[in-house]
Amino acid sequence: MNKILQKQVLAPTLKQIIVEAPLIAKKAKAGQFVILRIHEKGERIPLTIADYDRDNGTITMIFQEVGSSTKRLGLLEIGDEILDLVGPLGQPTEHPAGAKRIVCVGGGVGVAPVYPEAKELHESGVEIISIVGARNEELLFYLDNMKAVSKELHVTTDDGSKGRKGFVTDVLKELIESDKGIDAVIAIGPMPMMKAVSDLTKNYGLKTIVSLNSLMVDGTGMCGGCRVTIGNETKFACIDGPAFDAHEVDFIEQMRRLRMYQIEEKVEDCRCGEGME
Amino acid sequence: MAGTKKNPMPCQPGEERVKNFLEVALGYDEDVAINEAKRCIQCKNPKCVSGCPVGIEIPKFIEKIAEGDFQGAIDTLKEKNSLPAICGRVCPQEEQCEKVCIVGIKNEPVGIGRLERFAADWERKNRKEQSKISNTEGKKVAIVGSGPAGLTCAGELAKMGYQVTIFEAFHQAGGVLMYGIPEFRLPKEIVQEEINALLNLGVELKTNVVIGQTITIKELMEEEGYEAVFVGSGAGLPYFLNIPGENLNGVYSANEFLTRVNLMRAYLHPQWDTPVKVGKKVAVVGAGNVAMDAARTAKRLGAEDVYIVYRRSEDEMPARIEEIHHAKEEGIDFRLLTNPMEVLGNSEGWVTGLKCLKMELGEPDSSGRRRPVPIENSEFELDVDVVIIAIGQGPNPLIPRSTPELQTSKWGNITADESTGNTSMEGVFAGGDVVTGAATVIKAMGAGKNAAVAMDQYIKNK
Repeated sequence: MNKILQKQVLAPTLKQIIVEAPLIAKKAKAGQFVILRIHEKGERIPLTIADYDRDNGTITMIFQEVGSSTKRLGLLEIGDEILDLVGPLGQPTEHPAGAKRIVCVGGGVGVAPVYPEAKELHESGVEIISIVGARNEELLFYLDNMKAVSKELHVTTDDGSKGRKGFVTDVLKELIESDKGIDAVIAIGPMPMMKAVSDLTKNYGLKTIVSLNSLMVDGTGMCGGCRVTIGNETKFACIDGPAFDAHEVDFIEQMRRLRMYQIEEKVEDCRCGEGME
Repeated sequence: MAGTKKNPMPCQPGEERVKNFLEVALGYDEDVAINEAKRCIQCKNPKCVSGCPVGIEIPKFIEKIAEGDFQGAIDTLKEKNSLPAICGRVCPQEEQCEKVCIVGIKNEPVGIGRLERFAADWERKNRKEQSKISNTEGKKVAIVGSGPAGLTCAGELAKMGYQVTIFEAFHQAGGVLMYGIPEFRLPKEIVQEEINALLNLGVELKTNVVIGQTITIKELMEEEGYEAVFVGSGAGLPYFLNIPGENLNGVYSANEFLTRVNLMRAYLHPQWDTPVKVGKKVAVVGAGNVAMDAARTAKRLGAEDVYIVYRRSEDEMPARIEEIHHAKEEGIDFRLLTNPMEVLGNSEGWVTGLKCLKMELGEPDSSGRRRPVPIENSEFELDVDVVIIAIGQGPNPLIPRSTPELQTSKWGNITADESTGNTSMEGVFAGGDVVTGAATVIKAMGAGKNAAVAMDQYIKNK
C-alpha cells in the first residue's frame, strides 16, 4: 500500500514522488489534494495531487522540504511505503465556463498544482498560456510538462538566472495589456504571489482562480482549521476549496494564518538530523 | 450494609491530575463494587432498563456483581452493549438509567454506570486471547464511520454472520472516542481494545478512505457489491459564532484543538510532530461536555487561566454534572451569563482578548430555557491569548453532497427513521449524530444497533 514507485529530486529541497494509490488515482481531478502521514507520530501533511495515472493506479506529488515532516518525507526512497495516504480531498477546480484562453501562473512549488489544471484545460480544448516563476533557475521544474500543454510558456526568475528577470505579474500585465483575449487566470504559488496576481487582475476585471494551501488537520471539514474569508463568508478550504475566486479571498488573513506555528516549527527544526527511528 | 449514598468514585486529586493526562476517575475495586451492587433492590419492574437506550438488563448484571460473578455480569452487559468499558465512562447515566432508578427516589440512585465500568474493566484485565474469526461467507455490508454508531452496527452485523467492512476517513478508528474525548476521561487504549475485539469478530477495517470522496455510497453498492450501507459519519462540522475576529491566530474550534491533542498527541510535541498553541489564558466558549473537555485539556497543557464563557447560567449548562464538578475542582474559571461579542487581535493577527457582554435571564425561549438578555453597557474584555469555540457541530457534508439520493434536513442531517435507520435511498441506513445532531455515545450506539436489525431484515427480504 502507498508504495513509492519513483522519486526525483527537482531541486535541492524540492522532490517529486510517484506513489501507488489506485483508489485515489481513479478519482483524482485537478485541484484536489491528499493528506499523508509518514510515521506513527507524524503530522497529517496535505499535498496537492500534481498528476495522476488512472491506468497504472498512481499519483504524483511534489513537495518542498520546509519543516521536519516534509524533510522526513524527503528521506523516503523508492520501495518505501507511506504509512497513511487519504484522498482525493477537496473540490475539483471549477473552471470558468466558456473560457477559450486561460493564463496559468505557477510560482515556485505552485507549478505542481497548476500543471494538472493546465493539462485538464488543454485536453478540453482551452488554449493555455503559461507563466512559470521562481526565485532562481535551480527552483524551476516541470517546464517541459507545462510547455507540452501550453501554446506559450513564459519563464521568470527573481534573479534573472533563467528566462526573464522579474516577477510573474510583470509578464501577466503585458499579456493582459497586449489584448490577447484572455478570459481567465489560474494562479497558484506562494500567498504573496497569488495576492499580487489577484490585485493586478482585479484592475482589469479578469476572472482569477487561486488555490489555498491552508493549515488543516483532517481535510474533511472536521477541524475548521483551514478557515478562509471569501467575500464576507467563512469557508473551509478543505471541503469548499481549495480553489476560490481570487478577488474574494482575504489574502492578508491567510498569510497571517500560515504563520500560526512558526515558533513550533523552529523547535522541530532543531531536532532535525536526530535520525529516524 | 448498603448506604443511602452511592459509593464514591475514587479519583486522582484535582491538583495532581491537572499535571497529567491520566484517567481522572479510577474505578471501583471488587469490594466496593459488590457493596454498591448490593444497593440495588432488584425491582420486579425495573425502570432503569427502559432508561437505557440499548436496553441493558441492568438488575441482572448488577445482581451478578453482588454475587461476585463478574464474568456473569460482563456477559449480561455484552448481550446488549458491545462497548461497556466506554459507556461505563462516558454515558450520561444521571439522565438515563440512574435518573429513573427506584433507589434514587429516597436515596442516591445505584451507581449503574460505575458498576458497568467495573465489570468491563474486570473483563479487560481477565480477558483471554481471542482467536480471530474470518467471515468470508456472509453477504457484504459496509459501515461508514468508525465512531460509536458504526462500531455498534458493525458488531451486531458481524455477530449475525455478515461480512462487514468499516470505512474510516482518519488513520485511526474510533471517531469521536479517539479524536474528541480526552485521554483523562476515556483512555485511548480502551477504545482500541474494544475495536480489536470487533476485528476479532471478523470485521474488516479500512482506514484512510473518505466515503463521498474516495468512493461514493452508490459505488459501494453498485460496483463493490455491498448489499447495504450504514452511514454513521457523525457530526463533525464545527460551528463558529460568526463574530468578528474569529479567524485570528489562536482561535480554535474545539474539534481542532481536541483532535490535535487527542488523536495527534500534540501534548507530546515535539516528540510527536503535530503542534498546538496552548496559550497562557484560554477562553472556551460553550458549556457542554466538549467545552469541559477542551477547558480541562488546556489546563493540563499548562494554561494558567482557563475560562468557560457561557451566555446562560449554571442551570442551563448542557455538560454532565460530574464533568462540571471535575472542571471546577481543576480550577476552571466559570464566566456565566457572559456572551462573547468579538475576538480582539493585534496587528500581527494574534488573539489578544475576548470582548464580552454580561447577560441576565429573561423569559423562556423556544428551547424552554430562560433566554439570556444583554445588560446594557456591560461590555468588558477578557484577557486571553487562545479562544476555543465549543458551541456544537453540524453533520459532515461530504456524504450528502456526493449522494443526491439521500434526503437531508435543512440543517444537513440525513433524514432517517429513528427506529430502523431507513433513509430515502434503498439499502442505505443512517444513525447517530449525522441523523440526530450532536448527541451522546450511547444514543449513537442505540441507533447503530437498531439499524443492524433493520439491515438484516432488508437483506433477507431483498
